[in-house]
Amino acid sequence: MAENPLKQTALNAAHRRLGGKMVSYGGWDMPVTYAGTIDEHMAVRTAAGLFDVSHMGEVEVHGPQALQLVQHLTTNDASKLHIGQAHYSGLLYPNGGFVDDLLVHKLSDEHYLLCINASNTDKDFAWIRQHATGFDAEAVNTSPNYTQLALQGPQALTMLQPLVDVELSTIKYYWFTHGKVAGVPALIARTGYTGEDGFELYFDPNKSERVWNKLLEAGQSYGIQPCGLAARNTLRLEAKMALYGNDIDDTTTPLEADLAWIVKLQKGDFIGRDVLVKQKEAGLTRKLIGFEMLDRGIAREHYPIWIGDAQVSQVSSGSPAPFLKKNIGLAYLPLEHTAVGTRFDVEIRGKRTTAQVVETPFYKRAK
Amino acid sequence: MANYPDNLQYTKDHEWLRVTGATAEVGITDFAQSALGDVVYVELPVVGDSFDQGKAFGSVESVKSVSELFSPISGEVVAINEALADSPELVNTDPYKGGWMIKLTVENAGQIDALLSASEYEDFVATQSE
Repeated sequence: MAENPLKQTALNAAHRRLGGKMVSYGGWDMPVTYAGTIDEHMAVRTAAGLFDVSHMGEVEVHGPQALQLVQHLTTNDASKLHIGQAHYSGLLYPNGGFVDDLLVHKLSDEHYLLCINASNTDKDFAWIRQHATGFDAEAVNTSPNYTQLALQGPQALTMLQPLVDVELSTIKYYWFTHGKVAGVPALIARTGYTGEDGFELYFDPNKSERVWNKLLEAGQSYGIQPCGLAARNTLRLEAKMALYGNDIDDTTTPLEADLAWIVKLQKGDFIGRDVLVKQKEAGLTRKLIGFEMLDRGIAREHYPIWIGDAQVSQVSSGSPAPFLKKNIGLAYLPLEHTAVGTRFDVEIRGKRTTAQVVETPFYKRAK
Repeated sequence: MANYPDNLQYTKDHEWLRVTGATAEVGITDFAQSALGDVVYVELPVVGDSFDQGKAFGSVESVKSVSELFSPISGEVVAINEALADSPELVNTDPYKGGWMIKLTVENAGQIDALLSASEYEDFVATQSE
Protein backbone atom coordinates (compact mmCIF):
# COMPACT_ATOMS: atom_id res chain seq x y z
CA MET A 1 0.00 0.00 0.00
CA ALA A 2 1.43 3.37 -0.96
CA GLU A 3 1.87 5.76 1.90
CA ASN A 4 0.34 9.19 1.61
CA PRO A 5 3.02 11.81 1.12
CA LEU A 6 3.36 14.20 4.03
CA LYS A 7 1.62 17.52 3.65
CA GLN A 8 3.74 20.62 3.72
CA THR A 9 2.93 24.10 4.95
CA ALA A 10 3.79 27.09 2.78
CA LEU A 11 6.83 27.61 5.04
CA ASN A 12 8.41 24.19 4.51
CA ALA A 13 11.39 25.58 2.57
CA ALA A 14 11.84 28.37 5.13
CA HIS A 15 12.00 25.82 7.94
CA ARG A 16 14.65 23.82 6.13
CA ARG A 17 16.69 26.95 5.40
CA LEU A 18 16.63 27.75 9.13
CA GLY A 19 17.96 24.28 9.92
CA GLY A 20 14.67 22.93 11.22
CA LYS A 21 14.71 19.20 12.00
CA MET A 22 11.69 17.94 10.15
CA VAL A 23 9.43 15.17 11.45
CA SER A 24 6.14 13.60 10.49
CA TYR A 25 3.32 14.96 12.65
CA GLY A 26 -0.37 14.32 12.04
CA GLY A 27 0.31 13.76 8.35
CA TRP A 28 2.44 16.91 8.05
CA ASP A 29 6.15 17.47 7.55
CA MET A 30 6.87 19.87 10.44
CA PRO A 31 9.90 21.25 12.28
CA VAL A 32 10.32 19.57 15.68
CA THR A 33 13.11 21.98 16.61
CA TYR A 34 15.62 24.34 15.05
CA ALA A 35 18.64 25.06 17.28
CA GLY A 36 17.35 23.29 20.41
CA THR A 37 14.12 22.71 22.28
CA ILE A 38 15.23 24.11 25.63
CA ASP A 39 16.41 27.40 24.08
CA GLU A 40 13.16 27.69 22.14
CA HIS A 41 11.08 26.99 25.22
CA MET A 42 12.98 29.59 27.25
CA ALA A 43 12.70 32.16 24.45
CA VAL A 44 8.91 31.93 24.66
CA ARG A 45 8.92 32.26 28.46
CA THR A 46 11.36 35.18 28.55
CA ALA A 47 11.23 36.91 25.14
CA ALA A 48 9.31 35.65 22.11
CA GLY A 49 8.93 32.57 19.94
CA LEU A 50 7.44 32.12 16.50
CA PHE A 51 5.63 28.92 15.52
CA ASP A 52 4.31 27.85 12.13
CA VAL A 53 1.00 26.24 13.07
CA SER A 54 -0.44 26.20 9.56
CA HIS A 55 -1.03 22.48 9.93
CA MET A 56 -3.97 23.32 12.19
CA GLY A 57 -7.32 23.04 10.42
CA GLU A 58 -9.92 25.74 9.85
CA VAL A 59 -13.61 25.19 9.30
CA GLU A 60 -15.91 28.13 8.64
CA VAL A 61 -19.58 27.89 9.49
CA HIS A 62 -21.89 30.45 7.98
CA GLY A 63 -25.56 31.01 7.34
CA PRO A 64 -28.64 32.23 9.21
CA GLN A 65 -28.39 29.29 11.65
CA ALA A 66 -24.61 29.27 12.04
CA LEU A 67 -24.91 29.92 15.78
CA GLN A 68 -27.48 27.16 16.24
CA LEU A 69 -25.19 24.70 14.45
CA VAL A 70 -22.15 25.71 16.52
CA GLN A 71 -24.25 25.41 19.69
CA HIS A 72 -25.46 21.94 18.64
CA LEU A 73 -21.91 20.77 17.95
CA THR A 74 -19.90 22.27 20.81
CA THR A 75 -19.92 22.31 24.61
CA ASN A 76 -19.19 25.96 25.38
CA ASP A 77 -21.89 28.64 25.00
CA ALA A 78 -21.21 30.39 21.70
CA SER A 79 -24.24 32.65 22.21
CA LYS A 80 -22.12 34.50 24.78
CA LEU A 81 -19.46 35.39 22.20
CA HIS A 82 -19.34 38.91 20.84
CA ILE A 83 -18.19 39.60 17.31
CA GLY A 84 -14.40 39.62 17.57
CA GLN A 85 -14.28 37.20 20.48
CA ALA A 86 -13.07 33.60 20.67
CA HIS A 87 -13.31 30.76 23.15
CA TYR A 88 -12.01 27.26 23.76
CA SER A 89 -14.58 24.50 23.37
CA GLY A 90 -15.19 20.82 22.84
CA LEU A 91 -16.64 18.91 19.91
CA LEU A 92 -18.16 15.73 21.37
CA TYR A 93 -19.54 12.39 20.30
CA PRO A 94 -22.90 11.35 21.75
CA ASN A 95 -20.96 9.30 24.37
CA GLY A 96 -19.44 12.51 25.73
CA GLY A 97 -15.94 11.71 24.39
CA PHE A 98 -14.03 14.25 22.33
CA VAL A 99 -14.15 14.36 18.55
CA ASP A 100 -11.71 17.23 19.06
CA ASP A 101 -11.01 20.35 21.06
CA LEU A 102 -11.13 23.65 19.22
CA LEU A 103 -11.20 27.44 19.23
CA VAL A 104 -14.43 29.11 18.11
CA HIS A 105 -14.07 32.64 16.72
CA LYS A 106 -17.18 34.76 16.09
CA LEU A 107 -16.59 36.66 12.84
CA SER A 108 -20.19 37.92 12.53
CA ASP A 109 -23.67 36.91 13.70
CA GLU A 110 -23.81 34.38 10.87
CA HIS A 111 -20.15 33.44 10.49
CA TYR A 112 -17.84 31.46 12.80
CA LEU A 113 -14.27 30.31 12.32
CA LEU A 114 -13.37 27.04 14.04
CA CYS A 115 -9.69 26.24 14.54
CA ILE A 116 -9.15 22.49 14.94
CA ASN A 117 -6.30 20.00 15.30
CA ALA A 118 -4.25 19.11 12.23
CA SER A 119 -4.61 15.35 12.48
CA ASN A 120 -8.36 15.64 13.12
CA THR A 121 -9.23 18.02 10.30
CA ASP A 122 -10.80 15.52 7.92
CA LYS A 123 -12.61 13.66 10.72
CA ASP A 124 -13.92 16.88 12.25
CA PHE A 125 -15.05 18.30 8.95
CA ALA A 126 -16.95 15.12 8.06
CA TRP A 127 -18.53 15.14 11.53
CA ILE A 128 -19.54 18.78 11.29
CA ARG A 129 -20.97 18.32 7.78
CA GLN A 130 -22.92 15.25 8.87
CA HIS A 131 -24.53 17.15 11.73
CA ALA A 132 -25.20 20.31 9.72
CA THR A 133 -28.16 18.75 7.96
CA GLY A 134 -31.37 20.36 9.13
CA PHE A 135 -29.62 23.64 9.91
CA ASP A 136 -29.75 26.61 7.60
CA ALA A 137 -25.99 26.84 7.72
CA GLU A 138 -23.04 25.60 5.74
CA ALA A 139 -19.64 24.33 6.88
CA VAL A 140 -16.61 24.77 4.63
CA ASN A 141 -13.14 23.38 5.18
CA THR A 142 -11.07 26.51 4.58
CA SER A 143 -7.79 25.08 5.91
CA PRO A 144 -5.91 25.65 2.63
CA ASN A 145 -6.83 29.36 2.74
CA TYR A 146 -4.76 30.08 5.83
CA THR A 147 -1.25 30.20 7.01
CA GLN A 148 -1.38 30.34 10.79
CA LEU A 149 1.51 31.68 12.83
CA ALA A 150 1.70 31.83 16.61
CA LEU A 151 3.86 34.57 18.07
CA GLN A 152 4.13 33.94 21.81
CA GLY A 153 6.01 35.45 24.71
CA PRO A 154 6.26 38.52 26.95
CA GLN A 155 7.82 40.57 24.12
CA ALA A 156 5.27 39.51 21.49
CA LEU A 157 3.15 42.64 21.70
CA THR A 158 6.06 45.08 21.72
CA MET A 159 7.84 43.50 18.78
CA LEU A 160 4.71 42.99 16.72
CA GLN A 161 3.26 46.48 17.21
CA PRO A 162 5.46 48.30 14.64
CA LEU A 163 4.49 45.72 11.99
CA VAL A 164 0.72 46.11 12.31
CA ASP A 165 -1.81 48.86 11.66
CA VAL A 166 -3.93 48.18 14.75
CA GLU A 167 -3.37 49.02 18.41
CA LEU A 168 -2.54 45.60 19.84
CA SER A 169 -2.99 46.60 23.48
CA THR A 170 -6.70 47.19 22.81
CA ILE A 171 -7.17 43.51 21.87
CA LYS A 172 -8.16 41.70 25.04
CA TYR A 173 -7.14 38.12 25.79
CA TYR A 174 -9.20 35.75 23.62
CA TRP A 175 -10.38 38.54 21.33
CA PHE A 176 -9.28 39.21 17.75
CA THR A 177 -9.36 41.89 15.11
CA HIS A 178 -8.65 42.33 11.41
CA GLY A 179 -5.58 44.28 10.40
CA LYS A 180 -2.44 44.18 8.33
CA VAL A 181 0.74 42.42 9.41
CA ALA A 182 3.74 43.57 7.36
CA GLY A 183 1.19 44.89 4.86
CA VAL A 184 -0.65 41.56 4.63
CA PRO A 185 -4.34 41.44 5.63
CA ALA A 186 -4.69 39.12 8.61
CA LEU A 187 -6.91 38.02 11.42
CA ILE A 188 -4.97 38.91 14.56
CA ALA A 189 -6.10 36.93 17.62
CA ARG A 190 -4.74 37.34 21.12
CA THR A 191 -4.73 33.60 21.76
CA GLY A 192 -2.15 30.85 22.03
CA TYR A 193 -1.11 27.48 23.37
CA THR A 194 1.92 28.27 25.51
CA GLY A 195 0.67 29.99 28.67
CA GLU A 196 2.17 33.30 27.51
CA ASP A 197 0.67 36.45 26.10
CA GLY A 198 0.83 36.42 22.33
CA PHE A 199 -0.96 36.41 19.03
CA GLU A 200 -2.16 33.92 16.48
CA LEU A 201 -2.17 35.31 12.94
CA TYR A 202 -4.26 33.91 10.09
CA PHE A 203 -3.53 35.08 6.53
CA ASP A 204 -3.07 34.20 2.87
CA PRO A 205 -0.53 31.33 2.46
CA ASN A 206 0.95 33.10 -0.56
CA LYS A 207 2.31 35.74 1.80
CA SER A 208 3.74 33.24 4.28
CA GLU A 209 7.44 33.82 3.81
CA ARG A 210 7.06 37.60 3.76
CA VAL A 211 5.29 37.68 7.12
CA TRP A 212 7.46 34.95 8.69
CA ASN A 213 10.67 36.73 7.70
CA LYS A 214 9.42 40.15 8.81
CA LEU A 215 8.46 38.77 12.21
CA LEU A 216 11.82 37.08 12.73
CA GLU A 217 13.60 40.24 11.61
CA ALA A 218 11.53 42.52 13.84
CA GLY A 219 11.98 40.18 16.78
CA GLN A 220 15.72 39.79 16.45
CA SER A 221 16.60 42.52 18.93
CA TYR A 222 14.02 41.08 21.36
CA GLY A 223 15.54 37.60 21.32
CA ILE A 224 12.92 35.91 19.15
CA GLN A 225 13.48 32.30 18.12
CA PRO A 226 11.66 30.17 15.59
CA CYS A 227 10.16 27.31 17.59
CA GLY A 228 9.30 23.74 16.71
CA LEU A 229 6.72 21.21 17.83
CA ALA A 230 8.83 19.93 20.73
CA ALA A 231 8.87 23.34 22.44
CA ARG A 232 5.18 23.77 21.66
CA ASN A 233 4.56 20.54 23.58
CA THR A 234 6.67 21.37 26.63
CA LEU A 235 5.18 24.88 26.81
CA ARG A 236 1.59 23.67 26.59
CA LEU A 237 2.27 20.99 29.17
CA GLU A 238 3.70 23.51 31.68
CA ALA A 239 0.53 25.56 31.10
CA LYS A 240 -1.56 22.36 31.45
CA MET A 241 -3.26 22.65 28.10
CA ALA A 242 -4.70 19.39 26.87
CA LEU A 243 -3.26 17.64 23.82
CA TYR A 244 -5.74 15.70 21.71
CA GLY A 245 -4.68 12.07 21.36
CA ASN A 246 -2.79 12.20 24.68
CA ASP A 247 -4.84 13.92 27.36
CA ILE A 248 -8.22 13.92 25.66
CA ASP A 249 -9.77 11.64 23.05
CA ASP A 250 -12.99 9.84 22.20
CA THR A 251 -12.87 7.89 25.49
CA THR A 252 -12.58 10.90 27.80
CA THR A 253 -15.17 13.55 28.57
CA PRO A 254 -14.47 17.23 29.30
CA LEU A 255 -15.59 16.73 32.91
CA GLU A 256 -13.04 13.96 33.41
CA ALA A 257 -10.43 16.08 31.63
CA ASP A 258 -10.87 18.85 34.25
CA LEU A 259 -12.44 21.04 31.57
CA ALA A 260 -15.82 21.61 33.23
CA TRP A 261 -15.36 25.32 32.45
CA ILE A 262 -15.98 24.66 28.73
CA VAL A 263 -19.17 22.70 29.46
CA LYS A 264 -22.25 24.93 29.62
CA LEU A 265 -25.11 22.55 30.37
CA GLN A 266 -27.58 25.42 30.87
CA LYS A 267 -27.22 26.62 27.27
CA GLY A 268 -29.55 23.90 25.95
CA ASP A 269 -29.02 20.70 24.03
CA PHE A 270 -25.77 19.75 22.31
CA ILE A 271 -24.22 16.50 21.18
CA GLY A 272 -22.95 14.59 24.22
CA ARG A 273 -24.88 16.69 26.75
CA ASP A 274 -27.00 13.81 28.11
CA VAL A 275 -23.93 11.82 29.07
CA LEU A 276 -22.33 14.83 30.76
CA VAL A 277 -25.51 15.52 32.75
CA LYS A 278 -25.56 11.90 33.96
CA GLN A 279 -21.84 11.96 34.71
CA LYS A 280 -22.26 15.11 36.75
CA GLU A 281 -25.17 13.63 38.70
CA ALA A 282 -23.46 10.32 39.36
CA GLY A 283 -20.11 11.95 40.12
CA LEU A 284 -16.84 11.35 38.33
CA THR A 285 -14.86 8.17 38.87
CA ARG A 286 -11.59 9.58 37.49
CA LYS A 287 -10.05 12.92 36.69
CA LEU A 288 -7.06 14.31 34.85
CA ILE A 289 -4.44 15.54 37.30
CA GLY A 290 -1.03 17.14 37.02
CA PHE A 291 1.94 15.50 38.71
CA GLU A 292 5.57 16.11 39.45
CA MET A 293 8.21 13.40 39.72
CA LEU A 294 9.72 13.17 43.20
CA ASP A 295 12.30 10.56 42.19
CA ARG A 296 14.71 11.02 39.30
CA GLY A 297 13.37 9.96 35.96
CA ILE A 298 11.08 11.30 33.30
CA ALA A 299 7.54 10.03 32.96
CA ARG A 300 6.47 9.66 29.34
CA GLU A 301 3.14 8.95 27.72
CA HIS A 302 1.79 5.41 28.24
CA TYR A 303 4.09 4.67 31.20
CA PRO A 304 2.04 2.60 33.72
CA ILE A 305 0.73 4.25 36.89
CA TRP A 306 0.50 2.21 40.07
CA ILE A 307 -1.29 2.85 43.32
CA GLY A 308 -0.29 0.15 45.75
CA ASP A 309 -0.50 -3.17 43.92
CA ALA A 310 -2.90 -1.99 41.25
CA GLN A 311 -2.03 -0.49 37.91
CA VAL A 312 -4.72 2.19 37.71
CA SER A 313 -3.89 4.02 34.49
CA GLN A 314 -1.04 5.40 32.46
CA VAL A 315 0.67 8.71 31.88
CA SER A 316 -1.16 10.75 29.23
CA SER A 317 1.56 13.39 28.78
CA GLY A 318 4.94 13.59 30.45
CA SER A 319 8.12 15.52 29.87
CA PRO A 320 10.85 17.58 31.42
CA ALA A 321 9.59 21.13 32.06
CA PRO A 322 12.46 23.32 30.89
CA PHE A 323 11.33 26.54 32.60
CA LEU A 324 10.32 24.89 35.89
CA LYS A 325 13.28 22.52 35.81
CA LYS A 326 11.13 19.64 37.02
CA ASN A 327 9.80 16.49 35.41
CA ILE A 328 6.04 16.80 35.10
CA GLY A 329 3.09 15.05 33.56
CA LEU A 330 -0.65 14.54 33.28
CA ALA A 331 -2.63 11.41 34.01
CA TYR A 332 -6.13 10.20 34.78
CA LEU A 333 -6.38 8.92 38.35
CA PRO A 334 -9.28 7.38 40.28
CA LEU A 335 -11.10 10.32 41.88
CA GLU A 336 -10.18 9.34 45.44
CA HIS A 337 -6.48 9.72 44.55
CA THR A 338 -6.65 13.14 42.91
CA ALA A 339 -6.07 15.42 45.91
CA VAL A 340 -2.97 17.61 45.72
CA GLY A 341 -0.16 15.91 47.61
CA THR A 342 -1.30 12.35 46.85
CA ARG A 343 1.63 10.11 45.96
CA PHE A 344 1.65 7.34 43.40
CA ASP A 345 4.15 5.41 41.29
CA VAL A 346 5.09 5.78 37.66
CA GLU A 347 6.76 2.72 36.18
CA ILE A 348 9.79 3.84 34.20
CA ARG A 349 11.34 0.99 32.22
CA GLY A 350 10.34 -1.60 34.81
CA LYS A 351 11.22 0.51 37.86
CA ARG A 352 8.62 2.13 40.07
CA THR A 353 9.35 5.77 40.83
CA THR A 354 7.40 8.16 43.04
CA ALA A 355 5.29 11.02 41.72
CA GLN A 356 2.98 13.44 43.48
CA VAL A 357 -0.24 15.19 42.46
CA VAL A 358 0.38 18.96 42.28
CA GLU A 359 -1.63 22.11 41.61
CA THR A 360 -2.11 23.00 37.96
CA PRO A 361 -1.31 24.77 35.79
CA PHE A 362 2.29 23.94 36.60
CA TYR A 363 3.25 27.33 35.19
CA LYS A 364 1.20 30.49 35.28
CA ARG A 365 2.56 33.75 33.94
CA ALA A 366 2.57 36.83 36.13
CA LYS A 367 -0.19 39.18 35.01
CA MET B 1 28.40 17.83 9.08
CA ALA B 2 28.39 15.11 11.69
CA ASN B 3 31.76 14.14 13.04
CA TYR B 4 33.02 10.52 13.40
CA PRO B 5 36.61 10.26 14.70
CA ASP B 6 38.73 7.63 12.92
CA ASN B 7 40.21 6.21 16.11
CA LEU B 8 36.86 4.93 17.45
CA GLN B 9 34.71 1.89 16.73
CA TYR B 10 30.95 2.23 16.18
CA THR B 11 27.74 0.22 16.49
CA LYS B 12 24.55 0.28 14.46
CA ASP B 13 22.83 1.41 17.68
CA HIS B 14 24.93 4.62 17.45
CA GLU B 15 27.36 4.00 20.31
CA TRP B 16 31.09 4.54 19.97
CA LEU B 17 33.91 2.63 21.67
CA ARG B 18 37.39 3.97 22.48
CA VAL B 19 39.77 1.13 23.33
CA THR B 20 42.75 1.94 25.56
CA GLY B 21 44.59 -1.27 26.45
CA ALA B 22 42.43 -3.51 28.62
CA THR B 23 39.53 -1.09 28.98
CA ALA B 24 37.27 0.87 26.64
CA GLU B 25 35.09 3.97 26.97
CA VAL B 26 31.56 4.05 25.58
CA GLY B 27 29.39 6.98 24.48
CA ILE B 28 26.90 7.90 21.79
CA THR B 29 27.76 9.37 18.41
CA ASP B 30 27.40 12.88 17.12
CA PHE B 31 24.61 11.60 14.86
CA ALA B 32 22.77 10.11 17.85
CA GLN B 33 23.05 13.19 20.06
CA SER B 34 21.88 15.39 17.21
CA ALA B 35 18.89 13.15 16.51
CA LEU B 36 17.94 13.10 20.20
CA GLY B 37 18.15 16.85 20.75
CA ASP B 38 18.74 18.42 24.17
CA VAL B 39 19.86 15.63 26.52
CA VAL B 40 18.44 16.17 30.01
CA TYR B 41 19.17 12.90 31.84
CA VAL B 42 21.52 9.94 31.45
CA GLU B 43 20.76 6.81 33.43
CA LEU B 44 23.94 4.83 33.99
CA PRO B 45 24.78 1.51 35.70
CA VAL B 46 27.00 1.29 38.76
CA VAL B 47 30.64 0.27 38.83
CA GLY B 48 30.85 -3.49 39.08
CA ASP B 49 27.86 -4.25 36.87
CA SER B 50 28.59 -6.52 33.91
CA PHE B 51 26.94 -6.50 30.52
CA ASP B 52 27.00 -8.83 27.59
CA GLN B 53 27.54 -7.36 24.17
CA GLY B 54 24.35 -5.80 22.84
CA LYS B 55 22.63 -5.60 26.25
CA ALA B 56 21.10 -2.38 27.52
CA PHE B 57 23.32 -0.70 30.15
CA GLY B 58 21.35 2.51 30.60
CA SER B 59 19.35 5.15 28.81
CA VAL B 60 19.66 8.67 27.57
CA GLU B 61 16.72 11.04 27.76
CA SER B 62 16.21 14.19 25.73
CA VAL B 63 13.34 16.60 26.16
CA LYS B 64 11.46 14.77 23.45
CA SER B 65 12.38 11.10 23.80
CA VAL B 66 14.27 8.33 25.51
CA SER B 67 16.76 5.87 23.98
CA GLU B 68 18.33 2.80 25.46
CA LEU B 69 22.09 2.48 25.49
CA PHE B 70 23.53 -0.84 24.33
CA SER B 71 26.90 -2.19 25.29
CA PRO B 72 29.17 -2.46 22.21
CA ILE B 73 31.18 -5.25 23.87
CA SER B 74 30.91 -7.60 26.84
CA GLY B 75 32.60 -6.37 29.99
CA GLU B 76 32.47 -5.11 33.53
CA VAL B 77 31.87 -1.45 34.32
CA VAL B 78 35.03 -0.02 35.91
CA ALA B 79 34.02 3.66 35.79
CA ILE B 80 31.04 5.85 35.01
CA ASN B 81 31.04 9.50 33.98
CA GLU B 82 29.83 11.19 37.17
CA ALA B 83 29.81 14.58 35.44
CA LEU B 84 26.73 13.61 33.45
CA ALA B 85 24.57 13.69 36.58
CA ASP B 86 24.87 17.47 36.77
CA SER B 87 25.75 18.21 33.15
CA PRO B 88 23.91 15.79 30.86
CA GLU B 89 24.26 18.37 28.08
CA LEU B 90 27.90 17.25 27.69
CA VAL B 91 26.46 14.45 25.56
CA ASN B 92 25.33 17.13 23.09
CA THR B 93 28.24 19.51 23.30
CA ASP B 94 31.12 17.04 23.52
CA PRO B 95 29.86 13.57 22.58
CA TYR B 96 33.30 11.95 22.15
CA LYS B 97 35.10 13.35 25.21
CA GLY B 98 33.21 15.06 28.03
CA GLY B 99 30.07 13.09 27.08
CA TRP B 100 31.56 9.60 27.56
CA MET B 101 29.30 7.35 29.64
CA ILE B 102 30.97 4.21 30.97
CA LYS B 103 34.33 2.46 30.91
CA LEU B 104 34.30 -1.32 30.47
CA THR B 105 36.87 -4.09 30.73
CA VAL B 106 37.61 -5.71 27.38
CA GLU B 107 36.83 -9.41 27.69
CA ASN B 108 36.85 -10.46 24.07
CA ALA B 109 38.98 -8.51 21.62
CA GLY B 110 37.25 -10.28 18.73
CA GLN B 111 34.07 -8.31 19.51
CA ILE B 112 35.93 -5.06 18.86
CA ASP B 113 37.10 -6.16 15.43
CA ALA B 114 33.51 -6.83 14.42
CA LEU B 115 32.40 -3.24 15.15
CA LEU B 116 32.13 -0.60 12.43
CA SER B 117 34.96 1.71 11.46
CA ALA B 118 34.30 5.45 11.15
CA SER B 119 33.79 5.24 7.39
CA GLU B 120 31.57 2.14 7.67
CA TYR B 121 29.48 3.90 10.32
CA GLU B 122 29.21 7.02 8.20
CA ASP B 123 27.92 4.91 5.29
CA PHE B 124 25.44 3.21 7.64
CA VAL B 125 24.15 6.57 8.91
CA ALA B 126 23.66 7.72 5.32
CA THR B 127 21.23 4.84 4.83
CA GLN B 128 19.33 5.85 8.00
CA SER B 129 18.59 9.44 7.01
CA GLU B 130 16.91 10.87 3.94
